[in-house]
Order: sequence, then C-alpha cells, then structure tokens
Amino acid sequence: MTALAIAKLEKSFGGLRVTRGIDLAVAPGERRLIIGPNGAGKTTLFNLIAGELRADGGSVALFGQELTRLPSRRRAHLGLSRTYQIITLFPRDTLLRNVMLSLLGLSGLRWNPLRRLEGQRHLMAAAEQALGRVGLAHLALRPLSETSYGERRRVEIAMALAQNPKVLLLDEPFAGLSVDERRDVRKLLAGIPRDVTIVMIEHDMDVALDFAERITVMHFGEIVVEGTRAEIVADPRIKEIYFGE
Amino acid sequence: MSGKRVALALALLALLTAPFWVGGVYYVNIVSQILIYAVFAMGVNILLGYAGLVSLGHAGLFGIAAYATAIALSAGLPHSAAILVALIATVAGTAVFAVLALRATGIGFIMITLALGQIIWGLAYRWISLTRGDNGVNVVARPEILGLSLASAEAFYYATLAVFLLAVAVCAIFVASPFGASLKGVRDQPRRMNALGYHVWGIRFCACLFSGLLTGIAGILFVYYTQFISPQSLSLTSSAEVVLMVISGGSGTLLGPLAGAALVVVIKNVASAYIERWNMLLGAIFVAIVIFMPEGLVPGTTRLVRRLFKGRAARAAEDARP
Repeated sequence: MTALAIAKLEKSFGGLRVTRGIDLAVAPGERRLIIGPNGAGKTTLFNLIAGELRADGGSVALFGQELTRLPSRRRAHLGLSRTYQIITLFPRDTLLRNVMLSLLGLSGLRWNPLRRLEGQRHLMAAAEQALGRVGLAHLALRPLSETSYGERRRVEIAMALAQNPKVLLLDEPFAGLSVDERRDVRKLLAGIPRDVTIVMIEHDMDVALDFAERITVMHFGEIVVEGTRAEIVADPRIKEIYFGE
Repeated sequence: MSGKRVALALALLALLTAPFWVGGVYYVNIVSQILIYAVFAMGVNILLGYAGLVSLGHAGLFGIAAYATAIALSAGLPHSAAILVALIATVAGTAVFAVLALRATGIGFIMITLALGQIIWGLAYRWISLTRGDNGVNVVARPEILGLSLASAEAFYYATLAVFLLAVAVCAIFVASPFGASLKGVRDQPRRMNALGYHVWGIRFCACLFSGLLTGIAGILFVYYTQFISPQSLSLTSSAEVVLMVISGGSGTLLGPLAGAALVVVIKNVASAYIERWNMLLGAIFVAIVIFMPEGLVPGTTRLVRRLFKGRAARAAEDARP
C-alpha cells in the first residue's frame, strides 16, 4: 500500500495553474524530497495535501483512505501532520504549552470546558517527552517569544511528532538556520523512526540530498523528474531548470 | 499569601461590605449596575479577549434576554419560568447570530454582528404589539429568593453580587480548561489550529453560545434592576460601550470587565452629576488608557505595581550590599 498517493492533482489561482496534474506515490517509511525553483508550486502542493487549499481536481489518499474532500482537521486525525515554511506557533505560550496544544488537537479533551488543562498530567508528560525528542526539554517552561529561531523550528517539529503522524510533511525545515542548528535538525530528522513517512521540501541541497531516498523535481506546477539522488544529479533537465540552457 | 491574593481578598471584602460604606441607596444601585455591566462585559470579553472576535451586536442579545423576561412576566409566567424562557431565547438567538456572523472574522464579523444587533433593536422599536415600541415593557416586581424579597436596593445588590461572583468563577474555570486553551489557540493561529485537528468554527460557535449565555444573565439582571426595558438599551451605543468597557479594563483578563464597567458606569452616573460634558471626560480617559496602558487598566496596573516592587527590591538589595 502507498503511504501517500496523489493522482492528477490540479489547482489554479484565477488563470494561473499552480499545480498541473500532479501524480505522486510515496511508499511507507520513505524519505521523499521535493525540490524546485521558487514558484514551482511545492508549498501549494503541501497545502493541497494537508487540506488547507481545496483542489480543483484529482485526488489525495493516505494509506488508501481518500482525503480529497476532507477538511484539514480531519486529515490531522487520520495521521497527517505538517510544519510550515513560515513558523506558525503560539508566541504568548511556553514551549510546553505549544506542544500540549498539538496533543490536545487529537484528544477529545479539547472540548472540555470544566477540567483544568494544567491538571492533565498525561498531556504534560507527553509534551515534555516530545520536547525531549527535539532536545528542548530544558526550555519547556520558557515562553516561545524568548527562544531562538532554530529552537522554534525544533518546536514545530516537536509539535508535529507529538501527534504520532503516519505521514509528516516538512516545509523547508532548514530555512534560516545556522550551520550548527542545521546539524542539530538534521540529526533530529535522521532519528525519526521509519514508521513515519516523511515528505520534505528543502532548498539546501547538501542537507536534503543526504536525507532523501527519492527526489521529485517540480517546475511550473508540474513534476519534471523523479528518481534517486544519482538519477536526479545526472538528469540534464535539472541543470536546465536551475541554471538555464 | 501573594500580593495578588491579598488584592483579590480586599476587593472581595470591599464588594461584600459595599452597602455599608458607599453612602446611600443611590450608590448601592450604582454598584449593582456596575456588577450587571461587568457580567455583560464578561460575555463580550469571552469573544473579544479569548476568541479575538469583536461583536457590536451584543446589546441585541442583552435585549432579547431583558424583553423575554419582561414579556414572559407580563404573560403571567412565574419568575423562574420567565428566567428560563429568557435564557433559552437568548442562547437560541445567539446561535442564530453565531451561524450568520461566523461566516466571517475581523471586520466582516464586526459588520454582521452590528447589522444583527440593529435588526433586534429595530424589532424592539417597531414590533409594537409585542414590545410596546418606544414605551417599553415594565416589570411589576422583583422576585423572591428563598422567601427573601429582592425589592430593596441592598437585597438586590447581594443577589447581583452572588451572580457576578458565580460568573467570575465559571469564567475562571472556562479559561483555564482545555476548551479555553483551544479558544485562545484559535484566536492566535486559526490556520495552525485547523491543521492540528481543531474544529475552528465549532470552537468559535461554542464560545459565542457561552458569551450569549453570560450576556443573557446580565440582561435578566438588568431588567429586574430597572424593572423596565425599552429599545434604547439595545442600541448600537450600548454594544459599543460594553466593547469599550472590555478594552479599557483589559481584554482577555478575568477582572478587566469589572474595572471597565466600573469606569463607564461611574462616569456616566456619578461624574455626569458634576460635569456637563461627561462624555468628553470619558473619551479623554479612554484616550489616556490607550496611550499609557494599551493592554487595559487591570493588566496595566499589575505591570506598574510589579515594576514598583521590582524597583524597591533592587534598591533594597543595593542598600544591603556591604
């Protein structure tokens, strides 16, 4: 069974077709990299997979389950988590509270107006554990606004991992990070168990090519090439896309 | 005991003993009015402070509760039934408001709530067979609780205080709950919350219902307080006034609505006796709050007190150094 199966996915903004009949099949446990120049439609593809944009045509399936008509929140409950290119967290809250919100999203407790959130020890323990996975347990009680950009990137990943996703979409997880921070995040991603399938958009080729088993190259909303690292590097169309003829 | 607890205990003591020191029935009634508007402002605060939704139609919901109580009493229903009818009518009205207004957020939400509030005001004004139009509806008598009449200003004040304290306690539980955390998350990052598995619309809808319930309770207290309701209480000015109470007191805080309500009610009822242009004074105070305490009176005062104590502690540490 395919972890993530996308067929003939179409999206237009007015007269601009941003994804054109995208077909993509990601195997369970696979590490897939999606690359392409700016404006290729990579983030739009992620938004379509996550349900934040409604597709004009085509289908998206997660482990055989059709998602195309489901809202974003339902997809999270079915095992799809994502991070954002532009960090989207809760700056007024502590790191622990940010991760607790992520855990709460999949819990029936989120509708409870009578119990104290601080009294939910199992949620707190799970949030501390998720922060520990990304090496931030010691900063659990620090407000997010007092953390560095690299730490926030790791909080994003902790929030996504806390939901125990089947498929994890990482949108440029290395963007804006220092060399040391990149190394840390790289190590963190390498440590994610194989029962989580990862699809990643990234511009940093050194880091990304090391991480991915298969690479998909997008250009003008289409998939141009798909293959292993060696196949992609050898393909003349890649040079044409990035450097021109 | 922490400074915050001491301040809260003193505030509670002041409220419990208010009829003995405020100086006369008129002022006891003013404090009752403050508490009623504080409950109303708490309802608006649930949306404005915790959900990030500004409503300019809450006076309409306040009016539904007040009119429903008055009309039900006129129809011969006992007080308990009239109050129940009023609460059901207000929550049902809020549900309709929410379904229509939650199609939008931001300016769109403000405009839809404003329009809905004006529709209710228009109905109160023109549906004369039901509401008696501009003449309003009278409530002949206040209820009795456990054989105790609420006819006197003092008795009514204590009943209002009990409802107010209950509302504060319920709000405190609500805000600290998982649902309260979900609501604040939806206020700050709705898109992210959706991707995390939250039903953003559903959370906002439930918050609207709770807000409407508090507003309804305030409306019922108000109609028993004045023993009269007319379209004037449902006007856009009333909605805007309560929004200003919340903003000036401190939106997203538990006691901000009380501070805001006290400010507006005191200026309106007490300062207006001495100053002809009291509206100008109120405006000047709002401007001063926005400039010097943009977060509102309660959080602003807390910030100032903390800074003062920090400065004192630092000076004491400096003096103690050998």
